Amino acid sequence: MFETSSTSAIKCYHCGEDCPDDKISIEDHHFCCEGCKIVYQVLHQNDLCTYYAIESTPGTKVKELPSTKKFAFLDDEGLSASLIKFRDSKISRVTFYIPSMHCSSCIWLLENIYKVNPAITESKVNFLAKTVSLTYLHNEVSLRQVVEILTSVGYEPQITLEDTEAKNDSKYLRSLYYKVGIAGFSFGNIMMLSFPEYLALDADSDSIAYLFRYLNVLLSLPVFFYCSTEYFTSAYKSLKKGVINIDFPLSLGIIALFGRSLYEIVSGTGGGYMDSFTGLLFFLLLGKLFQRKTFEALNFERNYRSYFPVSVTVIRKNEETTIPLANIKSGDRLLIRHNELIPADAILFSGEGNIDYSFVTGESTPVVKVPGERIYAGGKQTGGVIEVEAVKDVSQSYLTQLWNDKSFKEEHNSNITEFSNIVSKYFTFILLAVALGAAGYWLTVDYGTALSVFTAVLIVACPCALALSTPFALGNTLRIFSRNNLYLKHTTIVERLAKADTIVFDKTGTLTETGQMTVEYEGEMLSGYEKSLVKSLATNSLHPLSRRILDILNGVRVFPVKNYTEKAGLGISAEVEGKSLKLGSIKLVNGVVTKEHLHEKEESSWNKTIVFLSIDGMIKGKFVFSNVYREGIGGLIDKLKKNFKLFILSGDNESEKTKLRAVFGNDDNLYFNQSPFDKLEFIKKLKNEKKKVIMLGDGLNDAGALAAGDVGISVADDISNFTPASDAIIKGTNLPKLYQYINFSKTTLNIIKFSFVISAMYNLIGIGVAVTGNLSPLFAAILMPVSSVTVIVITVTMTTFFAKRRGLLK
Amino acid sequence: MSVIVVLISFSLLIAIGFLIAFLMSVRSGQFDDKYTPSVRILLDDKKTDNNINNSNINKENS
Repeated sequence: MFETSSTSAIKCYHCGEDCPDDKISIEDHHFCCEGCKIVYQVLHQNDLCTYYAIESTPGTKVKELPSTKKFAFLDDEGLSASLIKFRDSKISRVTFYIPSMHCSSCIWLLENIYKVNPAITESKVNFLAKTVSLTYLHNEVSLRQVVEILTSVGYEPQITLEDTEAKNDSKYLRSLYYKVGIAGFSFGNIMMLSFPEYLALDADSDSIAYLFRYLNVLLSLPVFFYCSTEYFTSAYKSLKKGVINIDFPLSLGIIALFGRSLYEIVSGTGGGYMDSFTGLLFFLLLGKLFQRKTFEALNFERNYRSYFPVSVTVIRKNEETTIPLANIKSGDRLLIRHNELIPADAILFSGEGNIDYSFVTGESTPVVKVPGERIYAGGKQTGGVIEVEAVKDVSQSYLTQLWNDKSFKEEHNSNITEFSNIVSKYFTFILLAVALGAAGYWLTVDYGTALSVFTAVLIVACPCALALSTPFALGNTLRIFSRNNLYLKHTTIVERLAKADTIVFDKTGTLTETGQMTVEYEGEMLSGYEKSLVKSLATNSLHPLSRRILDILNGVRVFPVKNYTEKAGLGISAEVEGKSLKLGSIKLVNGVVTKEHLHEKEESSWNKTIVFLSIDGMIKGKFVFSNVYREGIGGLIDKLKKNFKLFILSGDNESEKTKLRAVFGNDDNLYFNQSPFDKLEFIKKLKNEKKKVIMLGDGLNDAGALAAGDVGISVADDISNFTPASDAIIKGTNLPKLYQYINFSKTTLNIIKFSFVISAMYNLIGIGVAVTGNLSPLFAAILMPVSSVTVIVITVTMTTFFAKRRGLLK
Repeated sequence: MSVIVVLISFSLLIAIGFLIAFLMSVRSGQFDDKYTPSVRILLDDKKTDNNINNSNINKENS
């Protein structure tokens, strides 16, 4: 009945997709659409065809021809100023995020963009971050023209007015590199200069030994005053909050190490432990660097602003102008075109609204609105142009108000995990008790020994191994996850994943594939006339299933219908052209459920809906709707069911309830028709019950729930697409592996605990020596790096080993 | 033994030189993007003729 077009072997020269025919071509190159052809022409004219030589079909399909007015808002001075990073009398510099960047051809083209317009003097790509930095002569070319040039070659920049958080991040990363460099430099040189101490060289080289000691002091000064500062500030900050985190005993150790060494050297009583001190800092900072695996092209902080357009067309005094989104006031008349988002709550003024609220509610069928009706922000207009009148500001609109909730302001970003904080709290108390006890004992003998024993204990017991195991184990886990397309914002998420006991799923786009349900017709072939009959009937219904049937009945006539009736949950029927048509469940179509159709009913249990068609009482066939659940979801739920409490929060209607019940076992935990606020409140309620919640969702409507959950995971089919703010992003195809991921997080935590035991053993040995008052610099110099290195090696190899055993690594 | 003092001071100076080189490379942004340069070096010079460009790249890719 639904013929598929004969597959043409012609691939588009630009984007590699199949061409519908061979009509669009230049010379012997064929194109799938006008858009691709235009891009080719632009490149050809500017001698940029090397683009096609580096990789074959490097382009991205040009979905719509850019309208000339699209970037008109960039002419606005204030707006363009906020985008431009640097500007002097001649040049401007600007950085754009380009989502369609994907191959080396892209890099080449974007870095040769000056060939299109020489006024762009420099362009530099950061491939992982998918950004291009452009320098241009702003007297010769405007920002708008630059953007239009990029768009004309198929690389439309994504312009949002988000805060550039990534910038601060890279600043911190640089400072971390500085610190590692300096600490490593000092460590190496001090090690070398400490050789006379280790070998206890004889008296005649004393003057040299003194010189070396002072050189050591000189070399360790930057390490103490620059490299270690973040440990002091972190310890101080948490102390102010009344918490002892791992940075506190670390800071104590650092200060004791440095102070004691300085005292020994200045007073001439010994060589100090500058080598241990700088080595400790070097390893600690290396751990920080290792832990910081960032996924630059991913953005975990997006809020509604990145979904919304930067500007909107308003009608003022009968003239169309574009204004930045933030300037919309209630009462403004906005012009919304096909596929544009409605930025603020508004009332439809003119035109036929066909609003797709899938962003807001997850319900995928567009809602028809007539003038006078209210439209909520976040809806997407499909169809013709509409004019709406804003009734609220952007930030005060229904959906965007979600972001005013305090869940979005909660800071649970601390770098240190809960577990190591608890351990370090006890550790610190025991450490102080031992140090003071030993000092108290020696106090009865003499003061000098007491002080040196006190500092020696602090030095040796400094929890460096403790502080190292966490970043290395978690950092490695983060890398392993990223190989499996699960990207965590932070290493601490690993711990929260492992501790979760409740998992909440969104349905649409999370459990199901984003690309809607499929319809197939099975049964007697329908003639064109019969198709018309079906279409005439289905047109009258607004039920999503009817709408889907209409989609596949393109291009046939519609007749008037009589006696149209719609029975909720059963189906629709009417008389068309004197024939009685029924469309619905077997009960409606056949009157009774016969034996032969019983299996059909069962079949429709899990992921299918079947709608029967009868004409004049004769069953002609059936429409089979498959809600495309992601592959492997059933198996995943089965596994999770045993260990977790599972919930579904769907913005959609209840039509899928029976199917989901079949998998979930009961329907107490299935919630439908949930608004974004309901979802948020639901997660909060679970958290009040002391549940550790993982929330999985995909759309703006889940944003509140994602922020409120202990771990919010965005599910995306294309990870470079927009995802709402979350703690983690998972690629849809990897969702069925969620159970393995959670289990692996638990393994990682156990590995950390194991390495804690090892480092505690080292500490016991060290303290045992220190309390007797015999801590030689050589002993400290050996013990410290050895314990650090063993812990690093153990955690990294063990996490890798277990990942391999679980099939997460090859 | 004074020769050791000379040697040590030289070695320190050299080490400091390398440290400075490293700090400058971080400062100039060489550590900000560790991936793109590896691709960029395989692409040809911007100023070469287009045809030569093509053949070179084809060679590299094959």
